[in-house]
Amino acid sequence: MTDKLNTTISIDAMKFTRGDRTIYESISLDVKKGNITAIMGPSGIGKTTLLKLIGGQLYPDNGTVEFLGENIHQVSRHRLYELRRKMSMLFQSGALFTNISVFDNVAFPLREHTKLDEDIIRTIVMLKLEAVGLRGAHDLMPSELSGGMARRAALARAIALDPELIMYDEPFAGQDPISMGVLVKLIKSLNKALDLTSIVVTHDVTEVLSIADYVYILANKRIIGEGTPQQIQNSDSALVKQFLQGKADGPVPFHFPATGLEESLMGAK
Amino acid sequence: MIQMLQKLGRNTISTFSAVGAASIMLFGAIFAAPRLKNIGLTVHQMYVVGVQSLLIIMVSGLFIGMVMALQGYTILVNYGAEGSLGPMVALSILRELGPVVTALLFAGRAGSALTAEIGLMKATEQLSSLEMMAVDPLRRVISPRFWAGVISMPMLAIIFSAVGILGGHLVGVDWLGVDAGSYWSIMQATVDWNEDVINGIIKAIVFALVVVWIALYKGYSCIPTSEGISKATTETVVFSSLAILGLDFILTAVMFGIN
Repeated sequence: MTDKLNTTISIDAMKFTRGDRTIYESISLDVKKGNITAIMGPSGIGKTTLLKLIGGQLYPDNGTVEFLGENIHQVSRHRLYELRRKMSMLFQSGALFTNISVFDNVAFPLREHTKLDEDIIRTIVMLKLEAVGLRGAHDLMPSELSGGMARRAALARAIALDPELIMYDEPFAGQDPISMGVLVKLIKSLNKALDLTSIVVTHDVTEVLSIADYVYILANKRIIGEGTPQQIQNSDSALVKQFLQGKADGPVPFHFPATGLEESLMGAK
Repeated sequence: MIQMLQKLGRNTISTFSAVGAASIMLFGAIFAAPRLKNIGLTVHQMYVVGVQSLLIIMVSGLFIGMVMALQGYTILVNYGAEGSLGPMVALSILRELGPVVTALLFAGRAGSALTAEIGLMKATEQLSSLEMMAVDPLRRVISPRFWAGVISMPMLAIIFSAVGILGGHLVGVDWLGVDAGSYWSIMQATVDWNEDVINGIIKAIVFALVVVWIALYKGYSCIPTSEGISKATTETVVFSSLAILGLDFILTAVMFGIN
């Protein structure tokens, strides 16, 4: 049984459907405090959806999601907002506010939730930007940043309030090899230095296996494999092997469900 | 037959749930009273939706006043009644054209911009990220824009009316030679403060509420894709315009219809 004290997120038998499509049949997973937990899976499998369910932005059809022992979908709206101050999310697009500068973006959560002096805010913002290598870009507007830089600026904003949990949505997509290496290290060192718990959603197998403490692999609407990176790499499961080795043929379908190719090419309806 | 019934049922349900969702949003926007530090945001939005609409409002007001005077003069002069040009211009602008045309222009100029802005914020996950930062988008994004619109649009309508009356003066008095004294004095004698000025302002406030509500809801609930945002923007202008004209009839009937 899971140890409540050391578990930041606990998902139990969660089912989620969107319209007629079932995204998850029944998912159970635990995120241990202080760990970097990776959630991997092919694209379109609903990894971002999972993060939104954890953040309380979407509601599951069945099952529970607990954050620090509280059911995130049953607490009051007020309490939900309190809990969200302890979590933070790095969106795939960065989701910076386009009408204010990088500096103001990072300062935003500080100005919203604290009563710190501008001097202190300036110091904190500069330190956070230094950590992601963008101190020199503090007075640029988000539209002047490349996609990778925008994501790093968003990371600075995500850690501005020193959250307990940080969720990374595809942090490595679209990064050049240098910033990728820096980001991988950054996630690891932030996790340690700030005593964070991290969830990394990604399909970059090698990068994430090098830093994760525990890995879940999602496919076919459920969890097909879990374990430490070593256990995952040594797994006998055909599903897990297919994913790690990147083969199109295997138990995980590469094709979106469809009628036969011959049938659709011949114009049959 | 059954399919038609199903469709009817589905449409009815989705209409009602949209109205419900829009009402919840309106409620949230009104009662998420702007906190002290959000007053700056509201003022900034007043600049964006109000001050930046000033030019189009003033130019339109000027031309509509000028056209009213020109049209009115050619008819009134046949009866030797061109002295009544002042009240004619003033009453038609204060009661009808001021609030209605301002609201229509406001829907096109500011309403569409609000919808597109909020739609794009949704598409780029900015609203989502606000929520994840424990900042309520209703309070932070919707409410300042709502109040800014509701405060600015009646002011724009007042400015429109004032400029329109000056435009009437420009054409009627300066060009066509109507006596300036009668233009102003008969206007003063005829226009009633409550009946005409206040009713016009009430109209403007009602239109402002409706336009801003539609614009914000359409942006907030749009499908976050390029087609979705373009559709929502179009709908904002179309629905607002229809709502303005429909409500104008009802308000006119209530205010001036039955004596």
